[in-house]
Amino acid sequence: MVEPVVLWGRLVGAQIRSQLQYRVSFTLDLFGTFLISFIDFLAVLVIFHNVPRLGTWSVQEVAFLYALSSISFAFTDLVIGHLDQFPQKIRDGSFDIVLVRPRGPLYQVVASDFQLRRLGKAAQGGLVLVYALAALHVDWTVGRIAMLIVMIPAGVIIFSSVWVTGACLAFWTTDGGEFTNAFTYGGNFMAQYPIDVYGPWLRRFLCYIVPLGFVCYFPALYILDKRDPLGLPRVLQFSSPLVAALAAVVAGTIWRGAVRHYRSAGG
Amino acid sequence: MRLDWEIAKRGWRRYAAYPWATAAGVFTNSIFGFLQAYILLAVFNHRSDVGGYDAADTVTYVWLAQALIMTVYIFGWQELALRIRDGSIATDLSRPLDPQRYWLAFDLGRAPYHLLFRGVLPFIVGALVFQLNYPSPLEVVAFLLSLALAVVVSLGFRFLYNSAAFWLLDIRGVMTVAITVNLFLSGMVMPLSFFPDWLRSVAHALPFAAILQTPVDVWLGKHHGAGLAGVLALQLVWAAVLLGLGRVALRAGARRLVVQGG
Repeated sequence: MVEPVVLWGRLVGAQIRSQLQYRVSFTLDLFGTFLISFIDFLAVLVIFHNVPRLGTWSVQEVAFLYALSSISFAFTDLVIGHLDQFPQKIRDGSFDIVLVRPRGPLYQVVASDFQLRRLGKAAQGGLVLVYALAALHVDWTVGRIAMLIVMIPAGVIIFSSVWVTGACLAFWTTDGGEFTNAFTYGGNFMAQYPIDVYGPWLRRFLCYIVPLGFVCYFPALYILDKRDPLGLPRVLQFSSPLVAALAAVVAGTIWRGAVRHYRSAGG
Repeated sequence: MRLDWEIAKRGWRRYAAYPWATAAGVFTNSIFGFLQAYILLAVFNHRSDVGGYDAADTVTYVWLAQALIMTVYIFGWQELALRIRDGSIATDLSRPLDPQRYWLAFDLGRAPYHLLFRGVLPFIVGALVFQLNYPSPLEVVAFLLSLALAVVVSLGFRFLYNSAAFWLLDIRGVMTVAITVNLFLSGMVMPLSFFPDWLRSVAHALPFAAILQTPVDVWLGKHHGAGLAGVLALQLVWAAVLLGLGRVALRAGARRLVVQGG
């Protein structure tokens, strides 16, 4: 159980050392990532320049959703964001090499890259979280603190499951990578806003099929002690860890099925 | 002219070679269209007018922006930068064809492909679900003209930031900043009419508005007569200024170009 983690640590350590070889370039990249992530938040501020509330949500509350989605997504991107390049491995046949090595294929694909500059995005989310928490006056209890700590890893697992499922599409078509973007980058964008603003069909899709509502919306209702504008059962607010576990199982099953479908391009 | 036409045809064909990528793009643009449309519609629960836009204007804006995202090429483009870095630009410069003219012709072949195959479908998706605004036949002509100018302004801007590669080994940082600024100030992230007054004035004083906000406003019939001629003329001016700056950069860069190895 420990050994794969140690190995992953070594592989990632090597990646980080190599990225730190070009300090100036790395710093610029980190700063660029930090900067570009502010655009989405500027959009939030522009919206609230025009209205005091979006549905029942204030700017501080949306900032809270935004921050938590951004942080979860940034860590997901940090660990598995290179799945975006996965179709290339299928196209040029280098996935063959992965299959003959004595480790799980998904493990190898995930451990093959680690872009440290993506921490810039997490830093931006962290900054917005500090602002939101300072402005919100949350009535902290043990349960709420626990929820805040649990929801980030749960969010990472949900986002990762979506990403892995999307990457499986590459086994059927190698130039359809943008389908996945709709659910990964699109998913982050969705989770940054309260899902009650979306139309009913889109909202149901987000709650029950691609479970992005569990990344922020439901746990945030509990932490902020907010009445659910959708009036859904309160138990959903505590379900994120369970949904995350379920999503991981489903994603793992789809991945294994997809790998069996793999036919080498003959690299 | 014949030569430009041939280059433009290649621009079209390059992108036509990946139909699955096109389908996937249409899907993704549609999803983003839905999300943005619903978020901005929630604003109209509280008020009926934002900076001269009503709800239908805004939703039309959102779907047009998604439909035009590839046509006006907001995201990263580094074909010129890569040719500078690997030295192929030396070959390009020795050809009896100016590189800027080449990329302009190529881009004017690419843009109609993206308009037809990445633009029309997501817009139809939006039109099926939401109440949108449609232009009169005359406004369609003005819109297409404005859109063509937007593509030229966009290429002018992309050519300019790519030529930074003559001075920098890696233009990734420059490109990130260029895309960020363009996304926000062109109106891609949010219609400029939603901006606070001071920021809207800043945005309209810069070339980026000519890349998206202007053609969309023309579609929405926000400009008439002399006003319409004015915004088209302004697009033309920005196209000329950016292409001119690109030429200066290309000439200055070519003088200091050192191609390593062979």
